[in-house]
Amino acid sequence: MSVLVYTESEKGKFKKAAFEAVSYAKAIADEMGSNVTAIAINANDLESLGNYGASKVLEVADNNLDVFNAKTYAAVIEAAAKQENASVIVISSSADSKYLAPLLAVGLEAGYVSNVVETPSNLSPFTVKRTAFTNKAFANTKITTDKKIVGLSNNSFGLVESGGSASVEAFSPTLPESGVTVESVDKAIGKVTIADAEVVVSGGRGLKGPENWHLVENLAEVLGAATACSKPVSDLGWRSHGEHVGQTGKPVATNLYIAIGISGAIQHLAGISASKVKVVINTDPEAPFFKAADYGIVGDAFEVVPKLTEKLKAFKDQNA
Amino acid sequence: MKILVCISHVPDTTSKINFTDGDTKFDTNGVQYVINPNDEFGLTRAMWFKEKQGASVDVVNVGGAETEPTLRKALAIGADAAIRVNIEATDGFAVAKQLANVVQNGGYDLVIAGRESIDYNGAMVPGMLATLIGANFVTNCISLEIEGTSAKAVREIDGGKETVNTSLPLVIGGQKGLVEESDLRIPNMRGIMMARKKPLTVLEPVNVIAETKAVSYEKPAPKGAVKLVDADNIDELVNLLHNEAKVI
Ligand SMILES: Cc1cc2nc3c(=O)[nH]c(=O)nc-3n(C[C@H](O)[C@H](O)[C@H](O)COP(=O)(O)OP(=O)(O)OC[C@H]3O[C@@H](n4cnc5c(N)ncnc54)[C@H](O)[C@@H]3O)c2cc1C
Ligand SMILES: Nc1ncnc2c1ncn2[C@@H]1O[C@H](COP(=O)(O)O)[C@@H](O)[C@H]1O
Repeated sequence: MSVLVYTESEKGKFKKAAFEAVSYAKAIADEMGSNVTAIAINANDLESLGNYGASKVLEVADNNLDVFNAKTYAAVIEAAAKQENASVIVISSSADSKYLAPLLAVGLEAGYVSNVVETPSNLSPFTVKRTAFTNKAFANTKITTDKKIVGLSNNSFGLVESGGSASVEAFSPTLPESGVTVESVDKAIGKVTIADAEVVVSGGRGLKGPENWHLVENLAEVLGAATACSKPVSDLGWRSHGEHVGQTGKPVATNLYIAIGISGAIQHLAGISASKVKVVINTDPEAPFFKAADYGIVGDAFEVVPKLTEKLKAFKDQNA
Repeated sequence: MKILVCISHVPDTTSKINFTDGDTKFDTNGVQYVINPNDEFGLTRAMWFKEKQGASVDVVNVGGAETEPTLRKALAIGADAAIRVNIEATDGFAVAKQLANVVQNGGYDLVIAGRESIDYNGAMVPGMLATLIGANFVTNCISLEIEGTSAKAVREIDGGKETVNTSLPLVIGGQKGLVEESDLRIPNMRGIMMARKKPLTVLEPVNVIAETKAVSYEKPAPKGAVKLVDADNIDELVNLLHNEAKVI
């Protein structure tokens, strides 16, 4: 019986969410009196997982897995879970992990709970807290199957360095037919994604038009942040759909969310409320966002944002 | 082409979320139900397949009789027939099993579901369904074209999108982009009248053991009041973010 964690990487480099998932898996393993095995696909620097609590890493190196495919990746994790006799499998909440998790659940006959925000409150029955109703509530959910899959919400547990070391073992399971093949990928290079970002700077209709988005982009650049927008902004074609956040867009669970010229409609707030600290900049003191924010400036974005960008840049330069 | 659109019946996006029975049940009092937004995009895409490629479109929900108005709405939008599997939906896996049974008995080539439901947010039913019936699966789908048994889809990924090729039988987890917001259809009077005459079949569930159960609910702790910073004193905001919030 062990805890298996799938550690996601991008071009060989582990994502921060991978380290978080290992940290979380370690906490569960400690409670269970068990160990953490990580499974990594075409990733480098595997020993680094030891620092977060993995005692063993299964290394998969296969060119057929260079491009993500939910079915083949699920099959790899399934084979690893079987070999390790894993009773708990931990994955993160990236688009790819959420894509493969239900396939893995059926393959392993394991109960799967997504959007989990805490370590289990109980191991028997195995009970975890997850968000539901698009962040308007939490559901304490028990998993009744022998094997359990926990999908951890990004940034909900954090990184815990335990300073251990991990042994690395080669692992090469047979792959199924993929069924879905990637023809082309269209992805901005070197841009922080909303899913991986620790800070998101988001703009709403208050910015008046796409020509003003340098305000958002400059601020985001200073903070190393991803850029996002409200739904009407993407509906109007000012920004791409991929940037739309909220109940019907991408969820945001960052450490810091800065909303510029966004009113704070319930559907917008639902999607971003899992963020830890929220800052709003809006001309209208009555805008509902002020009720949901931690810090606010009542003011004109066109004046406030350049100033804030400048001050933050000075701050960063000083603390670099 | 036979298409099945999965319809999740969910509280309207503006609903206040409350619980009853010692926080073990969702409080439906005063809540308006709608077609899950992600499913609405899929339903409209299915209508286009019907109109342009002569597909037939059925809709299905796993749920109690209270979901029938939502299915009737889908019929009014243009679906040909509706199916309700008569069991309360409490677990994603159990729902997927019921849907798998419907798909297998109905001989559907394409199943369009939503990326996720806005109440349970499981993002699990479509992928489980696809695996159970041995169909291909593409989620976060923002474009779908079908020619014979070949399909080309675009999937949103973190930081961009990718175009994939696959084939029927296929399950889709759809979202906005599959059609645009402005393309969504609102039932008109004629649609509503016609919907009354369209078949809504109630099926008894197959025997399935659930794998998960929500035992209780909580609401997030109430938030403290916002700290306002003067627009002329932005240094103060930088200071608060650094020293108090510790996020920069
Ligand atoms: C089913 C459904 C699902 C939805 N899902 C989503 C979703 O996922 N995400 C989402 O975002 N929305 C969603 N919406 C839409 C939502 O209801 C709001 O319409 C939307 O969030 C408003 O966007 P906004 O705040 O950018 O624009 P507005 O509401 O127009 O607000 C603009 C704000 O900018 C401020 N402003 C104006 N000028 C300035 C200035 N110079 N400086 C600073 N501030 C200024 C104004 O005071 C105002 O508060 C959904 C709606 C429905 C019905
Ligand atoms: N009870 C249900 N009946 C029919 N379809 C459902 C049901 N629950 C979920 N679905 C479908 O599965 C999608 C994802 O739901 P979920 O896995 O709950 O996030 C929804 O958008 C629906 O298309």
